[in-house]
Amino acid sequence: MKKRIYFDHAATTAINREVLEAMLPYYSQEFGNPSSIHSYGQQAKKAVDQARDKTAKVLNAGFDEIFFTGSGTEADNWAIHGVAMANKKKGNHIITSAIEHHAVLYTCQRLEKAGFRVTYLPVDRYGLVDPKQVESEIGPDTILVSIMLANNEIGTIQPIKEIGKITKEKGVYLHTDAVQGVGSIAIDVCDMNIDLLSLSAHKFYGPKGIGALYIRKGTKMTPLLYGGAQERNRRAGTENTPGIVGLATAIELARSNMEENNQRLIKMRDRLIDGVMTKIDNVVLNGHPELRLPGNANLSFEFIEGESMLLSLDLKGIAASSGSACTSGSLDPSHVLLAIGLSHEIAHGSLRLSLGIDNTEEEIDYFLDTLPEIVARLREMSPLFLQKKGGYSYV
Amino acid sequence: MYSEKVMDHFINPRNVGEISEPDGVGEVGNARCGDIMKVFLRIEDNVIVDVKFKTFGCAAAIATSSMATELIKGKSVDEALAVTNKSVTEALDGLPPVKLHCSVLAEEAIQKAIEDFKEKQETKVGA
Repeated sequence: MKKRIYFDHAATTAINREVLEAMLPYYSQEFGNPSSIHSYGQQAKKAVDQARDKTAKVLNAGFDEIFFTGSGTEADNWAIHGVAMANKKKGNHIITSAIEHHAVLYTCQRLEKAGFRVTYLPVDRYGLVDPKQVESEIGPDTILVSIMLANNEIGTIQPIKEIGKITKEKGVYLHTDAVQGVGSIAIDVCDMNIDLLSLSAHKFYGPKGIGALYIRKGTKMTPLLYGGAQERNRRAGTENTPGIVGLATAIELARSNMEENNQRLIKMRDRLIDGVMTKIDNVVLNGHPELRLPGNANLSFEFIEGESMLLSLDLKGIAASSGSACTSGSLDPSHVLLAIGLSHEIAHGSLRLSLGIDNTEEEIDYFLDTLPEIVARLREMSPLFLQKKGGYSYV
Repeated sequence: MYSEKVMDHFINPRNVGEISEPDGVGEVGNARCGDIMKVFLRIEDNVIVDVKFKTFGCAAAIATSSMATELIKGKSVDEALAVTNKSVTEALDGLPPVKLHCSVLAEEAIQKAIEDFKEKQETKVGA
């Protein structure tokens, strides 16, 4: 089979073998409904309880503060919508950032139509939110601040602990979309003063179709789904027992191997970034040089377009991602790249390489050997650049 | 998502390059939208004897540029003007719906290059 290299771990990851094995019995012999009174139900209930306990411990949360959902998106939607609806008598103002995932942004936009006021905080050129700005935007009608832990495109890690101090002092709820951060950032919801936190198992070598929302005890919010008494009457629907078991096994594994994995990933990532910058001219690193996810490299290549690069890489067996318009189906490039101040043309030429635990140094070598030719070929075709001695410039 | 023909023209685009002192040149699109195409024509006795292009854009933009130049090479100016984004798309066995706008680029670039040619002709006649 043709050599295949996966550098798109921010999109999804392959399930860990150990995780899969932990899940399998709950599809067949232990298939019971956790709400049933008989032994089948009891076994399933026990598995769900154990998984909830494991997940809670990793986040330093309480057992009854973990609510399983169908995805990270569902957790984000619920956190924001649920708090907004239950606290609208107190106020109608929400603060978020310009670089949030669409699961957060579109929920906020929906709430704006329903009469809420939303402040979309700008970020600096590295993608960082300024905690001072969060503080100055909080008013008497502010009910919620929602800032992501780490960005899915450029990998920038936000100062959530600092923001948590502010929201606690001001008595405003803090939600963080930690979908990209879980597994590579140590999370302590007490120490960081986080009131709500979203996560998704398939981003840390767990199964797809299962996420969770941590909700601090006492947080006023409306239920997400109505029906059965599952998830303490807040998220009705029969539990996805295998998924829940998979999520818990994956989060525990990710936490216990975190330091070791991060070290390895950072080394590979930095070699990849340095290698590209050395071998190719007119490349920009997007995101923060240090405060970034261990596996994230996001680079913009001047004069060329992202989708062309992705397809060319795919033909060489390398799977990556881009923030170009052509990969999103819209005419504008990624909102994140525009928010950090990139021009449209530079944003169109972005390439995201997100490394994971299955990648090797040899794969980095192969990538560094392959990419320069691809970039050169596309630049050769581009009307935007003139090749000059020792460099490029715009026509 | 792309047809084999699109991939073929993306991997091995025909007529990439420039023509020095072209008889007609046309550039359309902008970097803001993520695609730009520049077409160079060599025209003798009203026939397009050579055509080259340079394109900044996605695979669909590059493939449609390549196919469009193939369709007009050796054709008369009037025949070239009859090449539409639809004929380019059909020659490529179709494009995904979100990419159809890319094929308009090639049609427009060719029309602009021919306009440029005609203007140059008029200037020559005028002189």
